[in-house]
Amino acid sequence: MTTPVSGDGRSGDYRHSQVVAAIDQGTTSTRCLLFSRTGRMLAVAQREHRQHYPEPGRVEHDAEEIWRNVARVVPEALKRAGLGPENIAALGIANQRETTVIWNRHTGVPLARAITWQDTRTGPIVAELVEAGLTDLYSRTSGFTPATYFAGPRLRWLLDHVPGAREGAEAGDVLFGTMESWLIWRLTGGVHVTDVSNASRTMMMDLRTLEWSPKLLEALDVPERMLPEIRSNAEVYGVCTEVLPGVPVAGALGDQQAALVGQTCFAPGEVKCTYGTGAFLLKNTGPRIAGSAQGLIPTVGYLIGDEPVYALEGSIAVTGSLVQWFRDSLGMIGTAAQIETLAMTVPDNGGCYVVPAFSGLYAPHWQATARGVIVGLTGYITRGHLARAVLEATAWQTREVVEAMNAESGIPVTRLKVDGGMTADHLLMQYVADVLDVPVERPLGSEAVSLGAAYVAGLAVGHWSDLEVLRANWHRAALWRPDMPAEVRDRERANWGRAVDRSYDWVV
Amino acid sequence: MPGPIQSIERAAAVLRLLGGAGRPLALAELAAALDLPRPTVHGIVATLRSEGLVEQDHASALYRLGGGLRTLASGWDRHDLRARAMNWADVLAGGTGCAVYLAVPEGAAAGIVHHVFRPDGTPQTLRTNTDHPLHATAWGKCLLAFAPVSTPAPRDLELRRYTGRTASTVAMLEAHLAAARTRGMATDVGEFESGAGGAAVPLRSGGGLTVAALGIAAPVEQLFGGGGEPRPAQADLLRAAGREISALLVSR
Repeated sequence: MTTPVSGDGRSGDYRHSQVVAAIDQGTTSTRCLLFSRTGRMLAVAQREHRQHYPEPGRVEHDAEEIWRNVARVVPEALKRAGLGPENIAALGIANQRETTVIWNRHTGVPLARAITWQDTRTGPIVAELVEAGLTDLYSRTSGFTPATYFAGPRLRWLLDHVPGAREGAEAGDVLFGTMESWLIWRLTGGVHVTDVSNASRTMMMDLRTLEWSPKLLEALDVPERMLPEIRSNAEVYGVCTEVLPGVPVAGALGDQQAALVGQTCFAPGEVKCTYGTGAFLLKNTGPRIAGSAQGLIPTVGYLIGDEPVYALEGSIAVTGSLVQWFRDSLGMIGTAAQIETLAMTVPDNGGCYVVPAFSGLYAPHWQATARGVIVGLTGYITRGHLARAVLEATAWQTREVVEAMNAESGIPVTRLKVDGGMTADHLLMQYVADVLDVPVERPLGSEAVSLGAAYVAGLAVGHWSDLEVLRANWHRAALWRPDMPAEVRDRERANWGRAVDRSYDWVV
Repeated sequence: MPGPIQSIERAAAVLRLLGGAGRPLALAELAAALDLPRPTVHGIVATLRSEGLVEQDHASALYRLGGGLRTLASGWDRHDLRARAMNWADVLAGGTGCAVYLAVPEGAAAGIVHHVFRPDGTPQTLRTNTDHPLHATAWGKCLLAFAPVSTPAPRDLELRRYTGRTASTVAMLEAHLAAARTRGMATDVGEFESGAGGAAVPLRSGGGLTVAALGIAAPVEQLFGGGGEPRPAQADLLRAAGREISALLVSR
């Protein structure tokens, strides 16, 4: 499926100047977007790829299929905008993070399907690392304790289970990469690099030196020669030999870091939240590596030039997916958007709270044995109240992560920049502003992830001169101001906390 | 190119007959008026009934227009509309430098379903879920002109005079609406708020029925040329966005 989102050619400012292309290699689809110098999206083309579920807990992608989709969506986007490769100043990539692929250096063929970030098969590998007493080493060096979330254990799994993988890796014939590495390698005909933001999610990089850590590699038993070279987010990695011949591949970022850049959160303390099926908050912590207390993860924000900018990340597992559950499993609404209509049939939640601990609670609770609860049910509660409670759950989970971020550093969050599909829900955005007691802002154009990839690539080739130019491209499309009496906010916060308590220790 | 589809032409004729007769009609009357066999006409009215576009009176067995014709124009969930229109509304605001409004009929007013700020960094307040007057805003007049079934008739509106330019008589409003229908676009040259201009086009769902109005707002001199016509560059972008969003409203 392709969706034109270009403006009318007559009014465009791009016929006589160059544009920047971004590839957004996401979990369900791969897209190509073209951006003007002012950050306006000129065209987009999109193709979905297949999700493979070979066993419970396993989710795989065919890296070759994703490459084919890249080779199709890029020309489609160019065609929609009426442009050719000669009009493209640079290409940047944003990608689903932590998805892991290995391929043969000589043939370019993946040795197995890519293991995606949702896949939890590496539980035993992670448990081994913990039992071996390596938690502190990982925490000190990579910034976080071993978890199935990250790419390194997936690579180890592939080395252990795919025939020929380990021998090939040791002989220098098999290469590892996350999705940006794979795509850059294919686009440039063999440049094997990754960027610091993706590398920081592998559990193999030293967060301080921004290099592969020999100790961590040894603990995971991964041969270093199969790893890509770690590079900054904004530099020319190579020139396309395919798809966009002659165009420099000049930027790459993991998707959440890309949104941080796309939202121009360049100052310490600035925070963005991307609301999708889950939600990801990233706070710019400047040159400081934040502590990982309360389950938040310190990570590289971006490296543009010489000085890395770090970020503190808090992820919420279930936000948009709770609305999907409300729609698909309960059948309460016909479309996700209609939850706002249903919620507006009542003035408040009627005392009802939904805690969506579908697979335990994540940051900042980290309770694996918690399960979802609906509390406060009385005869008074209607579908409308449940709809309210479903939306409010996203807002309260956001508040919990922001509280943890505020506790970690002296700089409190003073406003929240939001993007992603759930920003279409104005009732929810108002409630987020109400419970955080800070203004919530949505930028014009909801494509923060792709825009961030375009920005780093454009910076690398001088298409944009500096970050201030990019800041000027950010335009407020909507602002929700907090409008809730403090006593109501405090009471509701306490109620949410009591509801969360009741979700603990359900699985025995 | 294929020719007209006969059964749809006949269905349209049935609806016109029922709408124009001024009274419920019998199957025999419909068949006679269309010069078609009764079983054929029965098949058509039965299909239209299943779509809610025709109703049959239980006692008399006579046919009349159905309530579905009204909900065709107002049946879209306003938040579904926003979700489908949102990306294009952003593109429109970015391209024109104007604020963008999405409005639907809301009783005797235009209900604001979506609002995108004018992208110029000035302080603005979100107007979602507020009501604007039908007779004094571009989006309101757009709904009056293009969704007459789901909005009140001009003579039933309270034509409050907000500025010296407000269409405050039925005749004046009818003239504005006729101009809007001719142009395919309704305008507001400071009729609700002095100096504040607007232009709006209908958003049409399947069958061409208007379900909402898509509008841009900016100072009058920014939106309109000397002759009082909307500036072509902005009008073209508005029409293009209207077409693109309408294409997304064809199926639910």
